[in-house]
Amino acid sequence: MTYIAKPKFHHPGLKKNELGYTHRDYEGKISTLCAGCGHDSITASIIEACYELSIEPHRVAKISGIGCSSKTPDYFLGNSHGFNSVHGRMPSVLTGANLANRDLIYLGVSGDGDSASIGFGQFAHSIRRAVNMTYIVENNGVYGLTKGQFSATADRGSKSKKGVTNTDNAIDLVAIALQLGATFVARSFSGDKTQLVPLIAAAIRHKGASFIDVISPCIAFNNHAGSTKSFDYVREHNDAVNRLDVLVGREPISVDYAPGTVQVVEQHDGSRLALRKLDADYDPHDRLGAMTFLQKHAAKGQIVTGLLYVDPDAEDLHTHLDTVETPLNTMDEQALCPGSAVLDKINASLR
Amino acid sequence: MMVAMNPQTWDKDVASIEPGGYLFYDSTKPMPSSKFREDITVIGVPLTAITNSTYTDPRQRQLFKNIIYLGALCALLDLDPKVVEQLIGEQYKGKEKLLSSNVHALHLGRDWALQNLKCPLGLRVKKSDKVGDRIFIEGNSAAALGAVYGGATVCAWYPITPSSSVAEAFTSHCKKYRHDPETGKAKYAIVQGEDELASIGIVIGASWNGARAFTATSGPGISLMTEFIGLSYFAEIPAVIMNIQRAGPSTGMPTRTQQCDVIACAYASHGDTKHVLLFPEDPAEAFEFAAAAFDLAERLQTTIFLMLDLDIGMNHRLCRPLKWDDAKQYDRGKVMTAEMLEEGRDFGRYLDVDGDGIPYRTYPGTHPTKGSYFTRGTSRDRYARYSEEGAVYADNMQRLVRKFETAQDMVPRPLQANAAKPTKYGVLYFGSTSPAMDEAIGILEARGHQLDRMRIRAFPFHSSVASFIADHDFVYVVEQNRDAQLRQLIVNENGIDPVRLVPILHYDGTPITARFIANAIGDHQDHLKVTPLRKAVT
Repeated sequence: MTYIAKPKFHHPGLKKNELGYTHRDYEGKISTLCAGCGHDSITASIIEACYELSIEPHRVAKISGIGCSSKTPDYFLGNSHGFNSVHGRMPSVLTGANLANRDLIYLGVSGDGDSASIGFGQFAHSIRRAVNMTYIVENNGVYGLTKGQFSATADRGSKSKKGVTNTDNAIDLVAIALQLGATFVARSFSGDKTQLVPLIAAAIRHKGASFIDVISPCIAFNNHAGSTKSFDYVREHNDAVNRLDVLVGREPISVDYAPGTVQVVEQHDGSRLALRKLDADYDPHDRLGAMTFLQKHAAKGQIVTGLLYVDPDAEDLHTHLDTVETPLNTMDEQALCPGSAVLDKINASLR
Repeated sequence: MMVAMNPQTWDKDVASIEPGGYLFYDSTKPMPSSKFREDITVIGVPLTAITNSTYTDPRQRQLFKNIIYLGALCALLDLDPKVVEQLIGEQYKGKEKLLSSNVHALHLGRDWALQNLKCPLGLRVKKSDKVGDRIFIEGNSAAALGAVYGGATVCAWYPITPSSSVAEAFTSHCKKYRHDPETGKAKYAIVQGEDELASIGIVIGASWNGARAFTATSGPGISLMTEFIGLSYFAEIPAVIMNIQRAGPSTGMPTRTQQCDVIACAYASHGDTKHVLLFPEDPAEAFEFAAAAFDLAERLQTTIFLMLDLDIGMNHRLCRPLKWDDAKQYDRGKVMTAEMLEEGRDFGRYLDVDGDGIPYRTYPGTHPTKGSYFTRGTSRDRYARYSEEGAVYADNMQRLVRKFETAQDMVPRPLQANAAKPTKYGVLYFGSTSPAMDEAIGILEARGHQLDRMRIRAFPFHSSVASFIADHDFVYVVEQNRDAQLRQLIVNENGIDPVRLVPILHYDGTPITARFIANAIGDHQDHLKVTPLRKAVT
């Protein structure tokens, strides 16, 4: 369907956000993924979150690796620059881009093959470097573009479409991200937009390494009985610990209101996260507790979702490197070149 | 004179002395006469005995032995001890405790030699000042300084010998010259990556976003970076890679020098690619070319390789002072601004508007509704839209060829120096071979061989390289690798008959010498002068 262009026509009554943009201003090209793909729901959630946050659509850099998930940045934020880079190497490209211009919002989109296999190292190191980014893994446990091989996040004992049982242990990227010091860690489900949209919005507003693992069933190769990443399986085993509202400006970003106690977390940029607790025992400020909770529930076959950990006082790589506020990519010879007088002195010191 | 302090290499060291030369050795333990030669003068100093009687600490015995023999050499060669004392002073600046003990050891050796040996020898050190305004610096430090002057703001690297000191020098130069005077904050970002893949990834990401970025590495790192280098070529993203070459393949000889990555860099990546290479001859050129590499990378929107080697990179070399023109402005290449987009300029990321093969790019975040595009390693049309249509792909590949032709006139030109008399023979060389070549030309001239010479300073080759070859019957190509890689590249790129290019190859990991070049070329020249067969006259 790549030859079909989206019509430019806008309904005059389309709702506008604070900056006067409509949903359409945050959309991209028509998706070429399979109809019903979980990834398209994530794309829709990203569009919704950016619209709700009233982000200027061109002030985002969308960076991805290779795979089905990595194709999606073409399908949202059409006025933003996108970079479909090298398999497993999105994190390094994003890190470099972020160093060059700290003023943009960086959205890293990856998949389970891209981040848990070939790019496992880069995933880990970008998180431990505290790059200010929103790192989304669209996790379907399978290689879609190459037609159905297991990925490293496929659960041990789960069955492929061809009937092969996976005997390798699964990598839980959320557990790894927690261990590596990510300051915003969440898991969600592509079929649960109510939960996902505010999580993405909160991650974007978070000034540090935000990681969201989104279980996103592969309609073509991983949505059968015996799969632990199918729509039915995830719906049945989803154990949400909280529901989130992001309060920026006037309106809270949330679609659904569920009853429960509310805990408000203030982030450094002034945004507030209102957490409706669904599990009374869960504390999203306890990194160790989160890791234990996650493992215990995984052992019972439950998929824990929600905002699992947040450090509202997070720092990022620019803080650690003590770089200037001005984006490095705007500096010219005036700002960067020490000049000939200094060079003469250097020469004199080398004689 | 050979100062033989290493028992393991004794035989080799003694054999390498020129007839009539001197051998200086530690005579504490007697050596059989078969271990010496009759055509040299042997000078024995009981260094171990002297140190053992002076020092009790085994570590001191070992360390001061070196200074004691230096003292003995001062006496033998009539070298002013004050000069050596000054050098020791520079070495131990800030560690004054070590200074006096070293000076003491120096005089210990000198006094022993003056009392026990006939000093000075016929061989002497003469004091003269031929340094002039020249400076003494390693290529890695000079290249790093070039990156500071050239406006690099992002450096990502992974430690590897012999390139690590580039990033380390860049760090220390930046600490001195790149902090905002008001806030004290850094106008640069340096990241030690987890590997070479991440390092080049960071460089590509930063360059894509409009910063000047570079990495420094060596052969194994180049192998790892190759996939990204292909992306840089095809998606047209600037990058500067400093390759401090060492002997390969595989781990090879990590602490030995070679020029062995010419082909690997020129054609790095799968698919059809060609890359720009710069070959500085010394630290001064490493500085200039490093700064120029950032202009070239942004102008040509591709990877530029600065090809140093261990010999230039890690060894201090005497070279002309570094120069900078304060009027110089960075060439940021073809970048479409928000104003240009607002004026309604047609923006096609891969559209060749000027016929030079170089398209315009935009930085991310430039304009709310215009100029955004999707960067990818897959094939796309002139407006960056995905396409696997054959004609669209070929159109783009042809434009990349055009761009490489444009590069030919932008890179540093070769330098030619002709022999005193007209000659049918020429020699091509590049990089760290330079000083050995200058000296070899003199030796060859004395042997009656006249050679025109041309120093290649970049790839793609300027048209003058082909005409230089056409103007001579034979051209020697002198390089420091086994497979004559520069020669291969010339043959391949210029369609030259390989017979006309005679390879002169030095690849044992040591820097090439004048003697090696002169012998190799001289022998070949001698063979050429075969007396022609004549028919018997009846």
